[in-house]
Amino acid sequence: MTDPRPRRSLPRRLAARIVGNALVLLARFITAVRADWRGVEPVARQRVYYANHVSNADMPMIWACLPGHIRRITRPVAAADYWLKTPLRAFVGPEVFNCVLVDRNREGRTEDPMIAILEALDEGSSLIIFPEGNRNMGDEPLLPFRAGLYNIGRARPDVDLVPAWIANLNEIMPKGEVIPLPLICTVTFGAPVRVEPGENRGNFLARAAAALVALRPEDVEERP
Amino acid sequence: MTSQTTFDILILATGVIGILTALTLVGEILRARLPWGETDPGVETFMTRVQSWWGMVILLSLAVLSGKIGLLLLFAFASFAALREFLTYATKRRADHLSLALGAFVILPLQYVFVGLGWTGLHTVFIPVYAFLLLPIVSALRGDPDRFLVRVAETQWGLMICVFCISHVPALLTYGMPDGSDRSVLLIVFLVIVVQSGDLVDYYVGRSLGRRRIAPALSPRTLEGVAAGVIGAGIIGAGLGWITPFGMAGAAAMAALAAAAGIFGSLVFAAIKRDKGVKDWSHLIPGQGGFLDQLHGVIFAAPVFYHVTHLIWG
Repeated sequence: MTDPRPRRSLPRRLAARIVGNALVLLARFITAVRADWRGVEPVARQRVYYANHVSNADMPMIWACLPGHIRRITRPVAAADYWLKTPLRAFVGPEVFNCVLVDRNREGRTEDPMIAILEALDEGSSLIIFPEGNRNMGDEPLLPFRAGLYNIGRARPDVDLVPAWIANLNEIMPKGEVIPLPLICTVTFGAPVRVEPGENRGNFLARAAAALVALRPEDVEERP
Repeated sequence: MTSQTTFDILILATGVIGILTALTLVGEILRARLPWGETDPGVETFMTRVQSWWGMVILLSLAVLSGKIGLLLLFAFASFAALREFLTYATKRRADHLSLALGAFVILPLQYVFVGLGWTGLHTVFIPVYAFLLLPIVSALRGDPDRFLVRVAETQWGLMICVFCISHVPALLTYGMPDGSDRSVLLIVFLVIVVQSGDLVDYYVGRSLGRRRIAPALSPRTLEGVAAGVIGAGIIGAGLGWITPFGMAGAAAMAALAAAAGIFGSLVFAAIKRDKGVKDWSHLIPGQGGFLDQLHGVIFAAPVFYHVTHLIWG
């Protein structure tokens, strides 16, 4: 398997590894993040993990809770406009997290995000995606899913789509706060879903969203 | 640390490690007696617990041997881990973000700094008075009245339990031994051993012989188990009297007092867990739940033990 991405210099790759490990330690120190593998085993199979999105810390958190051998082959799909804004972000996003950067801006984008996503899958990488598209600020557990998850499931039907519910992050780091609170964060991985032959987009996305919401920990009381 | 104190710590550590080795062997024998390929969930639970005890004993021994800084760091981390678990289930809203962050990242370290500097006057009033007054102000400034009193009360309770109470364990270092020696560190070992063994005796006796439940709606704890736990801790305390300034009878009484405080503290935590619908506070310690699940007893016993020690032998 050849890596089509540009080969970066050794010190840069080393720096990216060190920053990555430091972020994992920080996430573990503050939130004791724990992966609960309820529906799948933690093995390095190719998968698309799709998760709920409430905070900017979501992606680092799910990345940090994956075991090292899975983390190394897993690439988060993230917004290019966010991760290329400053030189620091451009280092952390593409190099530390090894993000697949996509253009969120529907008008005026030159490349269809699906091309980059399918390219990454064809390299053998697993992906992390947030199908809601934006951070969920409301009281509903999930925003309506965008079509991306369905398109991926149809284009690469052999890849498992694994729901991952991230609990508590909206309290650990709500929008607008700088200091994360030390609270326990759990990421629950559920049983994989696939697009059934002939299944339409609406049905599939509803089913995928239901599979994700079903992973919410029961013991967390519903806050009015 | 004088060589006599170090020597006594090593003797105690050897004793505890001997007991753990025996328990590990018992577990391995029970495992070996099963037919090949079979496992007994009871034995496996027991072995996970023994493994966690190994970890705790090794950590505590190293901290005690390394002296004041090691102990302060160990218990500050225990406080942090316990507070993290407590706040996860506490009632809170966006408006409390800053006060909770202050509690975890400013008040907690300061409390341990005060303990380390030996500023006894400040470390006994810092959280009960100053944090108590400051944090509700910070929350109120964000202007959200929804369940305000519940929120600030639960935050304060968390700080009292997880920071104030736990910090009384390393605070025992500030106790001046009547003979002027540096053996106050052994009081920490004494406290931890008697509280943990009282809890264990209560658990096993209560399970096998207990009939009369003391609070059936909260916990399976029985009168027989509690009595056995307190008496058992007293006997172990008497046996460990030589490391304390209390004398044999005094050590037995202090051990029984600490164990009783610890057992009833666990009952209080059982009520909180029932209220919050939590089984274990987290999964960080294999086989034992979270840090809070492990520290219930010590949390309630430490301040009582600290003050009675100063009051009677001060």
